[in-house]
Amino acid sequence: MKYAYYPGCSLGTSAEEYDVSTREVLKRLGVELSEIPDWTCCGASAVEPVSRLLTLALPARNLALTERECPGLDMLVPCSACYLNHLRVGRECATDRALPGRINEALGAEGLSYAGKVRVRHLLDVLASDVGPKAVAAQVSHSLEGLSVAPYYGCQALRPFALFDDPEHPRSMEPLISALGATVFGWDMGGRCCGASLMATRRDVALVSVAAILDAAAGADVIVTVCPMCQMNLEAYQSQAHHADTISVLYLPQLLGLAFGLSDEQTLLDKNLAMTDALKGKLRACEAASA
Amino acid sequence: MKNMHTPIAFTPAPLVFQDEALAEIQSMVRACMQCGTCTASCPNSFAMDLAPRQMWRMLLFGLKQEVLESRTFWLCSSCYSCTLRCPRGLPLTAAMAALKRLAAAEGDAVNRKKALFYQEFMQNVEQNGRIQEMGFMCHYFLAMHDPLLPLEYGPLGLKLLAKGKLHLGDSTQRGRLGPLFAKVRSMEEAS
Ligand code: SF4
Ligand code: SF4
Repeated sequence: MKYAYYPGCSLGTSAEEYDVSTREVLKRLGVELSEIPDWTCCGASAVEPVSRLLTLALPARNLALTERECPGLDMLVPCSACYLNHLRVGRECATDRALPGRINEALGAEGLSYAGKVRVRHLLDVLASDVGPKAVAAQVSHSLEGLSVAPYYGCQALRPFALFDDPEHPRSMEPLISALGATVFGWDMGGRCCGASLMATRRDVALVSVAAILDAAAGADVIVTVCPMCQMNLEAYQSQAHHADTISVLYLPQLLGLAFGLSDEQTLLDKNLAMTDALKGKLRACEAASA
Repeated sequence: MKNMHTPIAFTPAPLVFQDEALAEIQSMVRACMQCGTCTASCPNSFAMDLAPRQMWRMLLFGLKQEVLESRTFWLCSSCYSCTLRCPRGLPLTAAMAALKRLAAAEGDAVNRKKALFYQEFMQNVEQNGRIQEMGFMCHYFLAMHDPLLPLEYGPLGLKLLAKGKLHLGDSTQRGRLGPLFAKVRSMEEAS
């Protein structure tokens, strides 16, 4: 299994732990990554309010590079906003015949062109569908038995395109969590918006969403995420959301890494902003049980 | 009764100029049947002054200024719940983004200030190829002229600093996106 890897800007800066744990966990699972050479920002969620053509041209640039430099490979994207931006280039071109020409005219500024051949995949899709819980279970050396994990999917991995999960009742993380020996925390907030960039522009409104999600997670040991924006909103503003107790928030591959017995340098838990002593204690207990 | 016989003055219909930006958004929501699913699905509707359902109707009536005076579309966090659930399959999240663009171009000072967040972000992307989170936030604070804003972000900044996450970021792609941005700009100006 081999993929063209698009880390995206956040994974190089504030979400370094997501990048490192993704690479390490995939390596352990026998998945090869080839980072797309010369990749650039896809515009995140800021580009669509600025320019419609740029909304498609920025990700199309990365897709064109993938097509040329990593022929035949699917593009693997760990950030949900980056995932959707790249995914919808193909989707929108399919419904608007004039678009491919316009996009390629723009890409021509750099001598690039895109023929529409790249399949865009979210990290969660690859883990759940291509790797699968069986292969994940085979790597578990430190069972997470007794750990209650609340799967948080966020928005753009699920919506508007229902490709690998049910957008109304997402469950794709559950077999993976079970494969680690952990328990899935039952809740219905997995697909509730975290507020996204409203956290910067209208914090009061975003905090209402964050508070609702954190409140619903009461009783879980940890929330797991698959997007750097969700991760930041859920872990960095817990006190402003007037949430009584801190709840640990980890990236999904960090959780996998813990069960695989990866080192601290490979899971980078010390980079997380919300890590409770309770979770650390539970993880030590899991470790002692499997030692 | 004099007026009864005064001939009704013939006033020519006002010249209607084709408002293309408005027409584009109207075409996105033309098939709306006013069911309210979008409003009910929106996690941020509690903070909106116009419910999304209501706003689509006003747009179709051509009430552009009234819509631009509302702040509803600035509260869209692109969660795609409405787009997913609209029984007419309308691209509502895209329509919200189109309204943000319209408000940036034609709106009042409040609208232009709200658009700054996105514009500053994209300016940083244009310069650096990959977003430099710290540089972007600094610029944004300056552009907003709000002395309290940086303080609001202070606690987060300190947390990130303590975790070694506040650095200038990757500068290897500086200038890389210049040609693409320039080309897109010239194409959009021409169309
Ligand atoms: S969900 Fe669709 S059809 Fe229903 S009110 Fe909203 S836009 Fe109109
Ligand atoms: S996409 Fe925007 S308008 Fe639609 S439900 Fe989500 S936040 Fe509300």
